[in-house]
Amino acid sequence: MLPHLNFAESNIDFLGKRKITIAISLVLIIISVALLATRGLNFGIDFTGGTLVEVGYPEAVELDTIRETLSAGGYAGAQVQTFGTSRDVLIRLPPSEDDDNPAMLSNRVLNALRDGGPADPDLRRVEFVGPAVGEELREQGGLAMIYALAGILIYVAVRFEWRFSIGSVLALVHDVLITLGIFSLLQMEFDLGVLAAVLAVIGYSLNDTIVVYDRIRENFRVLRKQGTEQVMNNAVNKTLARTIVTSMTTLLVLFSLAILGGAALQNFSIALIIGVIVGTYSSIFIAATAALLLGVDRQVLLPVKKEGAEEDQTP
Amino acid sequence: MRNSYPAWLYALIVVVVLGAGLYALPNLFPEDPSVQIGNPVTGEIDENIRDLMGTILGAQGVTPKQVDEQDDGQLLLRFETSDEQSLAAEILRNALDDNHTVALNLAPATPNWLRAINGQPMALGLDLRGGVHFLMEVDLDAVIGTAMERYTNELRGRMRDERLTFGTIERSSSDLTVMFANEENLAAAESWLTREYRGELEWEIRGSGETSRMVATLSDDHLTELRRQALQQNISTLRSRVDELGVAEPIIAQQGEHRIVVQLPGVQDTARAKEVLGATATLEFRLVSEAGDPMEADQTGRAPSGTRLYHERDGTPVLLQRQVMLTGDYITDASSGIAQDSGGPAVFINLDGQGARIFSRVTSDNVGRLMASVFIETTTETVEEDGEQVIRTSRSEEVINVARINEPLGRRFQISGLDTTREARNLALLLRAGALAAPMSIVEERTVGPSLGQENIDRGMQSVVIGFILVMIFMVLYYRAFGLIANVALALNLIFIVSVLSMLQATLTLPGIAGIVLTVGMAVDANVLIFERIREEIRNGLSPQAAISSGYDRAFTTIADANVTTLIAALVLFLFGTGPIKGFAITLSIGIIASMFTAIIVTRAIVNLTYGRQRRLTRLAI
Repeated sequence: MLPHLNFAESNIDFLGKRKITIAISLVLIIISVALLATRGLNFGIDFTGGTLVEVGYPEAVELDTIRETLSAGGYAGAQVQTFGTSRDVLIRLPPSEDDDNPAMLSNRVLNALRDGGPADPDLRRVEFVGPAVGEELREQGGLAMIYALAGILIYVAVRFEWRFSIGSVLALVHDVLITLGIFSLLQMEFDLGVLAAVLAVIGYSLNDTIVVYDRIRENFRVLRKQGTEQVMNNAVNKTLARTIVTSMTTLLVLFSLAILGGAALQNFSIALIIGVIVGTYSSIFIAATAALLLGVDRQVLLPVKKEGAEEDQTP
Repeated sequence: MRNSYPAWLYALIVVVVLGAGLYALPNLFPEDPSVQIGNPVTGEIDENIRDLMGTILGAQGVTPKQVDEQDDGQLLLRFETSDEQSLAAEILRNALDDNHTVALNLAPATPNWLRAINGQPMALGLDLRGGVHFLMEVDLDAVIGTAMERYTNELRGRMRDERLTFGTIERSSSDLTVMFANEENLAAAESWLTREYRGELEWEIRGSGETSRMVATLSDDHLTELRRQALQQNISTLRSRVDELGVAEPIIAQQGEHRIVVQLPGVQDTARAKEVLGATATLEFRLVSEAGDPMEADQTGRAPSGTRLYHERDGTPVLLQRQVMLTGDYITDASSGIAQDSGGPAVFINLDGQGARIFSRVTSDNVGRLMASVFIETTTETVEEDGEQVIRTSRSEEVINVARINEPLGRRFQISGLDTTREARNLALLLRAGALAAPMSIVEERTVGPSLGQENIDRGMQSVVIGFILVMIFMVLYYRAFGLIANVALALNLIFIVSVLSMLQATLTLPGIAGIVLTVGMAVDANVLIFERIREEIRNGLSPQAAISSGYDRAFTTIADANVTTLIAALVLFLFGTGPIKGFAITLSIGIIASMFTAIIVTRAIVNLTYGRQRRLTRLAI
């Protein structure tokens, strides 16, 4: 049997260390923004347009041979790499402006490989995205993220209070920026799947933040004698076990997906793993701190019923 | 204190769980490799063909284990192995004529009693079963030019019939101009033109005296209608072309205002699919002009009036009459074969009644003259011009054959002069399937080969199973008896997702599987929240029964808030996402909603049944 994680008795002063945690988060965010501004994201063909051909060979092949075959066929701009195993080869071709029939490019490349390559390859996958479609997908992706944040902002404002909704969106922006920053740092390919993962991170991290906020609201009602900071600390401590256990179960399946799901799901699951870790950090260290700094206190949440009595209540 | 649910709630839970199990059941049956035989012309397979197929297949030793007649009139021949399937398909392709289509398919082996209650397995996306996905962009602005051409021809005839005096009619890609010699003629024509073309054309009077003219543009309503029709016609043309290719269960649907999605499961020869889908090839017949010198016209680039300069395939210039004898619109059927005279590839053409009348009249008037068959092919491409995406349409017209009219031609005749049998086959197919109303180009393609599809299913399923087992082990170690109860809820959650996907016939894709995996991780969250709360209440000194009750109650609002916000994110993904994102959003949403039922109501029911009646419950295994 596992020893019971016993965070319920813990009374860690999370908010007291807010100068440190805020500093850490700010540094990470600044680095991420700087990376995104300078190195940018390594967008996949979903967003840039272009052609991708994945072929499988009966046995391992030399990438140089493939490169030579492609150059000889007039595709010198092709980017060649192995994918998953050394028998799988991924060929990327940038969108070409003076190609009469870009949709047929993959077939021409495949013919070139069949005629001049080392062995007869098996077609595994083709992706062709026209430049106009790539641009649209980029726009739609950005819009989806903005709408998701706006929807959440409104729901939290209605169910809780506007300060909470700003706080939760701050925590989300924090998580998304750092996840994107790591993708930029490692120059991992950012495609539609990874975008879906980032949006799922928004959903997941929000879930975590809401659980903490819910407990803060409840604590203000129950712990009448304690101050704002104590109440918030108590909420983070009381939800700590849940936050960690849920992150663990989610990470268990995500690692199973990253390791066993094959190359196609690898970047997707890595994005989610990063996002879940950052999201867990932010719901423990950032969510409550943000609420505190935004001025959440007992009065904001539990307004005194009697009018005119507000002046006496100021702490 | 006791914890119990009313009896009807237990009954409801049992009914819902059994129902979900029932509709998830079809997914457990394997698929039969099968061959689908169709006849797009008549829509059914007649008895003779069935008998013939039985005999031929029997002679080769590949007898189907079952033959089903489908609702759409197609025959489904199920086989034991995929080797038998491909052998049978090859035999049938050779044995059956051009009118029949032979397609490979994987047919679900759902038992009849399940099919009777509409039980079907989940639909697998192309990334899991292999196939081609195309997004085609329709150049709808081209319909304006086509409409202007049609109106010009129509006006010439009708205005002459109405005895209205006019000069020439000129057209551009966006409007047409009727010239008049003077204002009186214009005034005479004006009321007729505006009346006859009300709602279709908008007229404007320009110039005066000798330059009097009326300029027509398409009205907005009519343009919208024409665009709608063009898109619909393109979709139905694509449908018949895909039928000709022989694809089982294709999807052809409009996406947005000017795009069409084409999904062809199991298709491997993408080159042929692209050729056939995007091509707009047709034939036109024109008389060879007897006046003028083609060589001279070729050098000067100027054709004598009433003629147009064309080239044959070997580059020889030829002058043809401007007037078309017959367009490809009247062709009802076309098949490829070998020309009787030359032995080269040929296309045999059948005309409809009206076409046959026109053709026999013009050919009998011109016996002894030369007639040219013009092969017209339109291709479109998207190019970047000044930073803008523009669709450019290029039209190539080639004379494929010049022959003397020896006798009047009627309903059926042959065209030779094509270079290869493949070309003849494609031309016949395109003529049969009809023309596209507006040119189209492929703007997105996603092809997954069959080996990768199977690999994706295997790996996806493996990661679901392993992830699932890991979470279950963790839950039992960490929450003991309550962990077991949470695991029951988790298993039910999985069954719910599968059964809802099957009922909605939503497509399961690889990102969809990822969504399921993520849901497994997140679905336990509700139980974690509840169990942590129960532990806390026990530490606060509550009795076990009171702790259970208070734990469930207090955790509920938290779970609801947390899940609704996640659902908002999933909904946005569904509304704005395409392809992979949508598949992920669907399974994630179903999983979240299902987890509310399984993790709260079902676990509570089990907890109530296990612990709720014990009066002297002193400790909980949590």
